[in-house]
Amino acid sequence: MLLIRCPYCDESRPEIEFRHAGEAHIVRSDKMADLTPDEFERYFFLRDNRKGDVYERWRHIHGCGRFLNAVRNTVTDRFLMTYKAGEPRPALPDPQAQAAATEGNGQ
Amino acid sequence: MRKYSIFAIAREAMRGHKGWDRQWSSPEPRSSYDVVIVGAGGHGLGTAYYLAKEHGIKNIAVIEKGWLGGGNTGRNTTIIRSNYLYDESAGLYNHALNLWENLSQELNYNVMYSARGVMMLQHNVHDVQSAKRHIHANRLNGIDNEWLEPDAAKAFCPPLNISSSARYPVMGAALQRRGGVARHDAVAWGYARAAADMGVHIIQNCEVTGIRRGANGDVTGVDTARGFIGAKKVGVVAAGHTSVLMDMAGIRMPLESFPLQALVSEPVKPIFPCVVMSNTVHAYISQSDKGELVIGAGTDQYTSYSQTGGLHIIQHTLDAICEMFPIFSRMKMLRSWGGIVDVTPDRSPILAKTPVKGLYVNCGWGTGGFKATPGSAHVFAHTIANDAPHKINEGFTLERFRTGRLIDEAAAAAVAH
Ligand SMILES: Cc1cc2nc3c(=O)[nH]c(=O)nc-3n(C[C@H](O)[C@H](O)[C@H](O)COP(=O)(O)OP(=O)(O)OC[C@H]3O[C@@H](n4cnc5c(N)ncnc54)[C@H](O)[C@@H]3O)c2cc1C
Ligand SMILES: [Zn+2]
Repeated sequence: MLLIRCPYCDESRPEIEFRHAGEAHIVRSDKMADLTPDEFERYFFLRDNRKGDVYERWRHIHGCGRFLNAVRNTVTDRFLMTYKAGEPRPALPDPQAQAAATEGNGQ
Repeated sequence: MRKYSIFAIAREAMRGHKGWDRQWSSPEPRSSYDVVIVGAGGHGLGTAYYLAKEHGIKNIAVIEKGWLGGGNTGRNTTIIRSNYLYDESAGLYNHALNLWENLSQELNYNVMYSARGVMMLQHNVHDVQSAKRHIHANRLNGIDNEWLEPDAAKAFCPPLNISSSARYPVMGAALQRRGGVARHDAVAWGYARAAADMGVHIIQNCEVTGIRRGANGDVTGVDTARGFIGAKKVGVVAAGHTSVLMDMAGIRMPLESFPLQALVSEPVKPIFPCVVMSNTVHAYISQSDKGELVIGAGTDQYTSYSQTGGLHIIQHTLDAICEMFPIFSRMKMLRSWGGIVDVTPDRSPILAKTPVKGLYVNCGWGTGGFKATPGSAHVFAHTIANDAPHKINEGFTLERFRTGRLIDEAAAAAVAH
């Protein structure tokens, strides 16, 4: 089970308190009725589904109830960070710094 | 290839089993092939087999990053059935079921297909209504599926707890008698042996790292751990890794990859005669010929390529198993593992051409593609050979997510193994 840090509650809580809510930063158009089939497909069905670091949404459903965003690695399942919904997409930490940080954790 | 038979066993028994051939060879890759299949699971190996056997295309390589059959083919709970709701699905899965019946003879390899019946339990009024709807729809499509009252369900599967005080009372069940199980590894091995015998190259431990396209955008081959391999046509059959591969050709897919787990118990004497599934409480169980109870759990909620899932997921499944079959509450579980399943928005597969000429994709089988292996491989080979779908997979396109012509088994089945 994953441990997830909720940026609102400012606590790390077990995964069962959260609901995964798919890829993050997919913007819903304010003119849904005007979308072409291609645009609708991109918005509604197509996903990056990357092997590596992904941006995703979670909802702290059995806690504060709010949506949050996270960056997680889909090979290790390690969270790199969580941040509040609505905040801009953060740049991915560079892999070398990441490796150094991981080593530090191990000591 | 030396044929397997009772006489071969007798002959080998007389000489210390020293005369068995290797089942397939490990050739050096050629510089190019007519068709390259990426992924040596059951679907990929089967595709190569039918291309060689039915379409006369023999200059084929199946390229696999690990060992053949080591993906979901070798990790699944082997449930086979064809009682899907929609016409398109009924056509596809029943095509597979028809091929299962003769597959051991066809491949000269015992895939141990055992039509012991798949019984799907229904625990509430909504379940009952939806099961009956499935049964009627299936019968209109000529697919066997019948309704059992609780007593009849118990008679078919004696360990079942049908007491009305059960936490998940059994209100009846849908039974497909032709459904059952098969030996997963043998399916991969049988297709591999038969394909290799017709000249197909199976190249293991060789990851595909790129899909190359020429100046006009058409596929020209694949980059691999062992260098570039040219191909006129490339079929991607990579299950959980499909998005990663299609991204190499610049195609974003309607797929998400999730961990799915299964586990087996210590082996015991025959106790469990059929396959029982419950979508409502999310548990699947059968007994292997080795005697282990084979139990399938649900997917994790988050996308992942880690091939492990959360402990709470299998715990939840075991809770349900012990409620339905109190007799198993003291059994010890021996092993558990995970696979990565590629899930489409409508829970139906994609077996189709792609916007890139010469590139084909067979994916989206999610939690339930083992049962379809022979049928999927058969129609996918047709699609590659003719550059056009077989009638049976016409609807399973990539474009359906643009046109809206979905095959919405997601709504119909909630879960599907
Ligand atoms: C726990 C579990 C239980 C299941 N239970 C059932 C069930 O009861 N009934 C049922 O019908 N289905 C079930 N399924 C689903 C079923 O296993 C799959 O749908 C089916 O086996 C898919 O077969 P495949 O040949 O497409 O994929 P796989 O067997 O996964 O083959 C794909 C291959 O592609 C290879 N590959 C990936 N990337 C690359 C690359 N870059 N280069 C080269 N090779 C690559 C992989 O290594 C893999 O061997 C279950 C799945 C799981 C995980
Ligand atoms: Zn919170």
